[in-house]
Amino acid sequence: MSALNDLTIAQLRDGLKARKFSAREVADAYLAAMAKQRGLNAFILETPDVALAQAAASDAKLARGEAGSLEGVPLGIKDLFCTKDVQTTAGSHILEGFKPPYESTVSQNLFDAGAAMLGKLNLDEFAMGSANITSYFGPVKNPWKRKDGKDHVPGGSSGGSAASVAAHIVAGATGTDTGGSIRQPASFTGIVGIKPTYGRCSRWGIVAFASSLDQAGPMTRDVRDAAIMLGAMAGHDPKDSTSVPLPVPNYEAAMTGDIRGLRFGIPKEYRVDGMPAEIEKLWQQGIDWMKAAGAEPVEISLPHTKYALPTYYIIAPAEASSNLARYDGVRYGLRVPGNTLDEMYENTRAAGFGAEVRRRILIGTYVLSAGYYDAYYLKAQKVRTLIFQDFQEAWKKCDVILTPTAPSAAFGIGDKADDPIAMYLNDVFTVPVNLAGLPGMSVPAGLSGEGLPLGLQLIGKPFDEPTLFRVGGVLETAANFKARPGA
Amino acid sequence: MSLDPATVARIATLARIKIAPDEQVRIAGELNTILDWVEQLKMLDTSAVEPMTSTVEMVMPQRTDQVTDGGYPNRILANATEPVRVSATEEMGGFFTVPKVVE
Repeated sequence: MSALNDLTIAQLRDGLKARKFSAREVADAYLAAMAKQRGLNAFILETPDVALAQAAASDAKLARGEAGSLEGVPLGIKDLFCTKDVQTTAGSHILEGFKPPYESTVSQNLFDAGAAMLGKLNLDEFAMGSANITSYFGPVKNPWKRKDGKDHVPGGSSGGSAASVAAHIVAGATGTDTGGSIRQPASFTGIVGIKPTYGRCSRWGIVAFASSLDQAGPMTRDVRDAAIMLGAMAGHDPKDSTSVPLPVPNYEAAMTGDIRGLRFGIPKEYRVDGMPAEIEKLWQQGIDWMKAAGAEPVEISLPHTKYALPTYYIIAPAEASSNLARYDGVRYGLRVPGNTLDEMYENTRAAGFGAEVRRRILIGTYVLSAGYYDAYYLKAQKVRTLIFQDFQEAWKKCDVILTPTAPSAAFGIGDKADDPIAMYLNDVFTVPVNLAGLPGMSVPAGLSGEGLPLGLQLIGKPFDEPTLFRVGGVLETAANFKARPGA
Repeated sequence: MSLDPATVARIATLARIKIAPDEQVRIAGELNTILDWVEQLKMLDTSAVEPMTSTVEMVMPQRTDQVTDGGYPNRILANATEPVRVSATEEMGGFFTVPKVVE
């Protein structure tokens, strides 16, 4: 039998129910694997005591035959989810030492389903980044290395989540996605990540970045695991007024393997200038796989695609500048003294926020300020409407959309660090999905010439995650992506 | 529209982030790079377009106006710097503290 930490969530679930091994043995295997991979810097905080206590509770439940859907499965929790009495930092100095007096709804849902928490995973500060290099707690390394052995970024902002899933030091992880922060790191590390429809998962207890765009989702080794995990995370929550009161479908059951007759859209505007030939080739490969499975490609147009990134970089910082106003040194987190109350606020926020977060707060403050609001923020909200309408038009012609997840494979740690706009372009294919509130999934589909993973993205209609799981399963089978990092 | 260092100083005050005068020029440059890039939105005619505030069409739910949580001030104060906790020995408690604002 393979090592316990090499089993998928589905295999763990079935093995635990059949009592082939105990939750304690699974937790021990993961804790040992974690300890060996500390060089990745994937965790901000390891919580072995929590994991072992939860494993003991799971073993008791398994003995009584009362297993939940994730009973005994050890997960990593992105350090953007508030966890009761366990430090939650959002990757920022300003929240260092903060122990929330409450549990986020999504992490509580996972624990209620029987999952255990191995620790809190590293991320870009306040989820602002595409390379996991803005964390106050240091960058995360991608377990995948280029042929020459150079260290690469795992993508971001859910970089610790992606790296730990790829390295098999967690069975699955939570991520959050505001502009691509689940899907882009999933693509960079050869794993599956899904950003559900806005409103599918509760945002309550997740440190807010841009509230009209943020959504939590699972990051896992395969599509089935993502289906199992999302089933436990999703659901209506009265504590989040934007969470939608719709029943959660059985996502795993949606994976029928049959996509005959399905129409999949190929947006012509996603053939962006300067796209590497290998991305172009991977996309064509995906089209061929879906055609071979009986689906029908349809060319579609999303004419406002090129305006999505500039729109995002007005709306997201505007919302962030408002959300991050709460970090004032009064109620929690860092306080740096000053002679006056205002000086205390200014000193605290200057010392507590990193450069990228300060930059976005300043941009956000500017675009919301008197005299500029209409020119920037209102304009961006109107363009957002146009982007949303592009997708509504597309759904008249197709059932799902296939695109690359990111315009490149993972890049070296330190590359693009001096050019914010080059960094922002990582999210060119993922940001429109957040602006339109749609579900999107990244599925590992191949390797770059340098030997790094590449993902394909599926975009679905609102609340049509079942179709994403169905098509994702077919793509996964066709791609047969079995490569492992550091193998 | 180009940001000058004086505007950077003004928005830094609005955002309550201290920025040293010698940093203002560099930050103005960084912000201008981003603002120049988002200028391309101006090419779109949006005069007949409604702004989007939510992607999900739903009526904001309302709940009964009743207390459903709370009553544990010391737990809430646990993360604060120098809070005044509720205790048996003090007459007053349950406060966050800030530097004195009135001399």
